Amino acid sequence: MTKTTKTNVLNLTSEEFIHPGNRACSGCSLSILYRIGLKALGRDCIFVVPPSCLTVMQGLYPISATQMPVLNGTFASTAAIATGVRAAMKRLDKKTQVVAWAGDGGTSDIGIQALSGALERNEDIIYICYDNEAYMNTGVQRSGTTPQGGLTTTTPYTGKKETGKNVPDIVAAHNPAYIATCSASYPLDFHDKLLKAKEIRGLKYIHIQTPCPPGWGCEEHMTVKIGKMAIECGLFDLYEIEDGKKSFSEPTQKLLKKSKLRPVSDYLKLQTRFKALSEDQVVAMQKRIDLKWEKYRQEFNT
Amino acid sequence: MSKKLIESGNSAAALAVQLASAEVIAAYPITPQTPLTEKLSELIAAGEMDAEYVAVESEHSALAVCIGAASSGVRPFTATSSNGLLYMSEQLHWAAGGRLPMVMCVVNRGIGAPWSVWNDHQDAISQRDAGWIQIFAKDHQEIVDMTLKAFRLAELVHIPVMVNYDGYYLSHTYMPFELPDAAEVRDFLPDYNYKHALRPETPESLNTVTLPDARMDINGVKQGGYMDIRHNLHEEMRLAMDVWEEIDADFQKRFGRGGAPILDPYRCDDAEYVVVAMGTIANQFRDVVDRLREQDNLKVGVLALQMYRPFPTSKIAETLQSAKAVMVCEKGLSYGNQGALFADLKSALYPYQARPLLHNFITGLGGREIRTDDLYLTMKTACQQEDQGTPEQNDTPQWIGLQL
Repeated sequence: MTKTTKTNVLNLTSEEFIHPGNRACSGCSLSILYRIGLKALGRDCIFVVPPSCLTVMQGLYPISATQMPVLNGTFASTAAIATGVRAAMKRLDKKTQVVAWAGDGGTSDIGIQALSGALERNEDIIYICYDNEAYMNTGVQRSGTTPQGGLTTTTPYTGKKETGKNVPDIVAAHNPAYIATCSASYPLDFHDKLLKAKEIRGLKYIHIQTPCPPGWGCEEHMTVKIGKMAIECGLFDLYEIEDGKKSFSEPTQKLLKKSKLRPVSDYLKLQTRFKALSEDQVVAMQKRIDLKWEKYRQEFNT
Repeated sequence: MSKKLIESGNSAAALAVQLASAEVIAAYPITPQTPLTEKLSELIAAGEMDAEYVAVESEHSALAVCIGAASSGVRPFTATSSNGLLYMSEQLHWAAGGRLPMVMCVVNRGIGAPWSVWNDHQDAISQRDAGWIQIFAKDHQEIVDMTLKAFRLAELVHIPVMVNYDGYYLSHTYMPFELPDAAEVRDFLPDYNYKHALRPETPESLNTVTLPDARMDINGVKQGGYMDIRHNLHEEMRLAMDVWEEIDADFQKRFGRGGAPILDPYRCDDAEYVVVAMGTIANQFRDVVDRLREQDNLKVGVLALQMYRPFPTSKIAETLQSAKAVMVCEKGLSYGNQGALFADLKSALYPYQARPLLHNFITGLGGREIRTDDLYLTMKTACQQEDQGTPEQNDTPQWIGLQL
């Protein structure tokens, strides 16, 4: 397992790679991650972006907020376009990082075919999925990663019936060079995982949970707190998988010592998108989390 | 050294792409294009072609890879047929609107439903509004020559080019053709150069969300809104006809072949009746023309249309001014209306004083056999018809070869 650098607020570069003033919503967690992630990636990058929050965040032609070259493309083909850019870099003998930034829609739904193909070919790209758990850019329609009970415009009144897709698991089944999960509430963890990803050859998949105030139904200042709570409740886990071996990142790792985690209802209470969840559904959700953590304790606690 | 070969149409295309030094190949196999893809894969694996072969998982991704590569300044290539072309349809519009220089071969095949693997032109025809330049080859030599010229055209005008050739009639038949010398081709086709290639040193954002209105950039210069950008594509597509003729003239000087880049006439000089068609059927009509002239004393000619988009409106209308009647025979149509080529031609003639009588024939869909005898009889009837017919009759396509 390659060693991860530990960046903190003191040694994080003060150089900026995105111009101030972009079209993100107030309180947008993606904007935190994007700004800090770019500090890890540096300038020698080409970004591939499908229609998503990030498309609009960049700005409208002829003005762009990002200081790196960005190739906007059709919704279903992010990983394929990135493949083409990667092939070109190889022909040009350039070490430029090819980084795809896609939302959960462009990754787990319409974009999954292209991603699966790129994984199978082990394309040398970094693929970042920022998961705000619905099609947020177009006004909060349900996606494959919308959790059970999530109220969206296309799952109104009773919320989504089905549980969400576990995209990192789907990706892991392809045995990529590197998988990591990150949270917008731990941007430096994301930063350091990107530094590591840059040095690895093959497909590096990074899945970030990005809380979304307008879509999740919380106030703008709650973004980071909700992201942290998802981890504290054991609902969203931070980890890396390299050479088939899983290791937890510090915010999740420290929970292994606890016999009981924060109840998931604490997390659900803070978001109006979950107000349609029944008692039974919450109990079932807690049970699923408890079962998962039992398995973790057995596997990871010596 | 140039060399003479007897090979399939698909091989001809693959060998042309090898000569053109395409560097990123991303093609998804589909009948009857498959052997083209296999040939390229073989050439690369054998070390005879220095390129990146990407085993994409769909046609939509195939063109996406080409878009990524072209945007990064490297010459891509893909090929497809029928449903594969349709699967990548939104990418066609993307590449054209994005003004990407690239070439794609389409091995023409009928579209499902119902399933057909056999030839017709509906695949290309259905994409005629996407903003791609469309040319139609009639034999293996044209496949080679047009593909080479297409790369140069695409890269000069920054508009993607579709080289069409008939599935099975050309893809799977064997014909002699000449492959130009590799060094001479390199001289004919300069290095790939995309104006806005993605480079960290000069960062640009390509294909961002564009408002309806024109907008100031950070230097205070007004930049186009969506409609202005699309207008540019159309205007420059029209101008591409002249560029295509220049390229053809240069090709002819270097390689000794060419001279009819847009319209390829056969016995049209004194023709009173002209057949207009695209692809191999235009060659088949040469036999029909000869027979009508020898046996029936009818002054018939056939005009093969080589470039369908941009449509050579004035060129074709002026060529047909002296004809009494024009028979447009095609392998596709705009359902609910008429043959696409027929409608385009009729529209081109509309502003002119002299408008020949126009007939529309649909034939060969889904690979239905096109019997030369049937063509001969139909054209003979059309030439000899005394009754002018009602406007409705003349404007309604006739189908050659229906069996029910």
